[in-house]
Amino acid sequence: MGSPAQSESLYGLLAEFEQPEEVVEAARKAYAAGYRQMNAYTPFPVEGLSQALGQKPTALPWLVLLGGLLGGSAAYYMLYYASVISYPLNVGGRPLHSWPSFIPITFEMTVLGASFAAFFGMLALNGLPHPNHPLFAVPAFSLASRNRFFLCIQVRDPLFQLEQTRRFLEEMAPRVHEVQP
Amino acid sequence: MSRRKREKHHAPRKYASSPVTVSGPSETAPVLEPGHTFASVTDKISSIVLTRKTSRGWIFGFAVAFTLMMAFLYATAYLFARGIGIWGTTIPVGWAFPIVNFVWWIGIGHAGTLISAVLLLLHQEWRTSINRFAEAMTLFAVSCAGLFPLLHMGRPWVFYWMFPYPNTMDLWPNFRSPLVWDVFAVSTYFTVSILFWYMGLIPDMATLRDRTKSRIGQIVYGMMSLGWRGSAAHWQRYEVAYLLMAGLATPLVVSVHSIVGMDFASGIIPGWHTTFSPPFFVAGAIFSGFAMVMTLMIPLRSIYGLEDFVTLRHLENMAKVILATGSMMFYGYAAELFFAYYSGNEYERYLAINRILGPYGWSYWALIACNVLVPQLFWSERLRRNIFVLFAVSLIVNVGMWLERFIIVIVSLHRDFLPSSWRMYYPTVWDFTHLIGSIGLFFTLLFLFVRLLPVISIFELRSLVHETDEEA
Repeated sequence: MGSPAQSESLYGLLAEFEQPEEVVEAARKAYAAGYRQMNAYTPFPVEGLSQALGQKPTALPWLVLLGGLLGGSAAYYMLYYASVISYPLNVGGRPLHSWPSFIPITFEMTVLGASFAAFFGMLALNGLPHPNHPLFAVPAFSLASRNRFFLCIQVRDPLFQLEQTRRFLEEMAPRVHEVQP
Repeated sequence: MSRRKREKHHAPRKYASSPVTVSGPSETAPVLEPGHTFASVTDKISSIVLTRKTSRGWIFGFAVAFTLMMAFLYATAYLFARGIGIWGTTIPVGWAFPIVNFVWWIGIGHAGTLISAVLLLLHQEWRTSINRFAEAMTLFAVSCAGLFPLLHMGRPWVFYWMFPYPNTMDLWPNFRSPLVWDVFAVSTYFTVSILFWYMGLIPDMATLRDRTKSRIGQIVYGMMSLGWRGSAAHWQRYEVAYLLMAGLATPLVVSVHSIVGMDFASGIIPGWHTTFSPPFFVAGAIFSGFAMVMTLMIPLRSIYGLEDFVTLRHLENMAKVILATGSMMFYGYAAELFFAYYSGNEYERYLAINRILGPYGWSYWALIACNVLVPQLFWSERLRRNIFVLFAVSLIVNVGMWLERFIIVIVSLHRDFLPSSWRMYYPTVWDFTHLIGSIGLFFTLLFLFVRLLPVISIFELRSLVHETDEEA
């Protein structure tokens, strides 16, 4: 049993795996055991891992749609305002609101808005940039960007009990590290 | 394992898991040489940046490129001091070398996005080993391209007049002009390319941060990785964002060169005023971009021992793309002649004859030789697998595409409607300095990139190892 004092001096327990399939399996078991405050760390995107951890699909596509709509409508409004309201210029009697010639810029700005939303939205939802993290203090964690797969159950999980959780992880993983906060 | 069996085995899996050997005869070279693990690909690619000593060849190459870049800067300083009269640009050839170079560079800059985005959406896994490099090439080529219209403006210090901003002159750019569309297209393309490239780099920066022994490396790569930890939640959003960016970049890349094509198509000059310009320009861009990737990749893979990752398969596939787009170019040239004849317009007809038999006729024949005849060698499988042939053809195609822009811009302009205004165009030494100097700028950036950043996407290669393992 981990006393509150013991638990507070920890960020969580980190189990180390050698194969991507193992960490998916471990995540599934941990989720079935009721753990929720956990995350897995892998050197490349592993199919099915996020679902195994019970993570919801990201809302990023909606952000990107919004960014694209904002970019496109702002561009079109600018073109309309410039050509019809602010600086109406009669060129050979052609209509001021010549929408076909507004399409290219509207399109470019739609793509730009959506791309900004995709890039910065991804960073924002991921909480990046975030230069330091308790996990970086674990020496073995540097392999998370090479060939090891990690599952971390955090102390703040209501089910977290130092001894029990450690035993639970050790059944599946050869090495379990303590992560200091 | 036979190809058919492999495909069958793979069929039920979804996105990003198309068979690794997709096409071609049974003995297609693999996308990744066997025997690699997550660790070996990581160590191999990151060692190029982290542990390998800077070779003499690198220093020599960088010195040459840097010198040429200095020549570019010198020519530019002289240009700013004296004005664009130092070039051969004179009426009627008001768009001369700078615009030729602009279109040439921007065309080269299309392969990166095409390889990264379009091939990703088409599940072509062979892109994995070349996409990072091609994206970097795109950025540098677009940087070179962007400089030429600025230099050509005559008063480059007021370049911001091209952008709509609240100003005391109470003026707006002419939004009905393709030249203004071009400003938006090229700047959007450059921005999106940077974002896409940097996004691909983030996980690899984390890899380098964790591998490097130097304190400066840890700080710089650490900052650039933005604290990437590779958590499942991160990867999930990352993959969605990457896929969406690819989906956005695909129509973008088509739009950029289409708009460049419209710059010409909306002019009334014979040879420019054709509706088929936009698609023709896009095909040409893909053609020249792939040729440039090949020109650069062939030496790079042998110098850094990347033959396991950039295999003959990659080169062969690129050769096929060059052959296909080269044939489209041929169709374009044939269509141009047909339109000139069928239009019944004497100016259009004269333009076609002048291109082929006029004072610049040599450039047309050289163009046909470079862009139409030489790529036909790639019908032969044996030649597609010959490194020397591949390299030579890719160089010839680069030259051919430059000539094509020369013909479109200069040969069309030098004899327009009124014979009294006809004049020959002669480039000056400064025209050539800017052209060659821009190549120096391009290679300077490329040399720095190869030395300081991973040339192959490491995390995507790890995914590829995983998929290849599953298959075996």
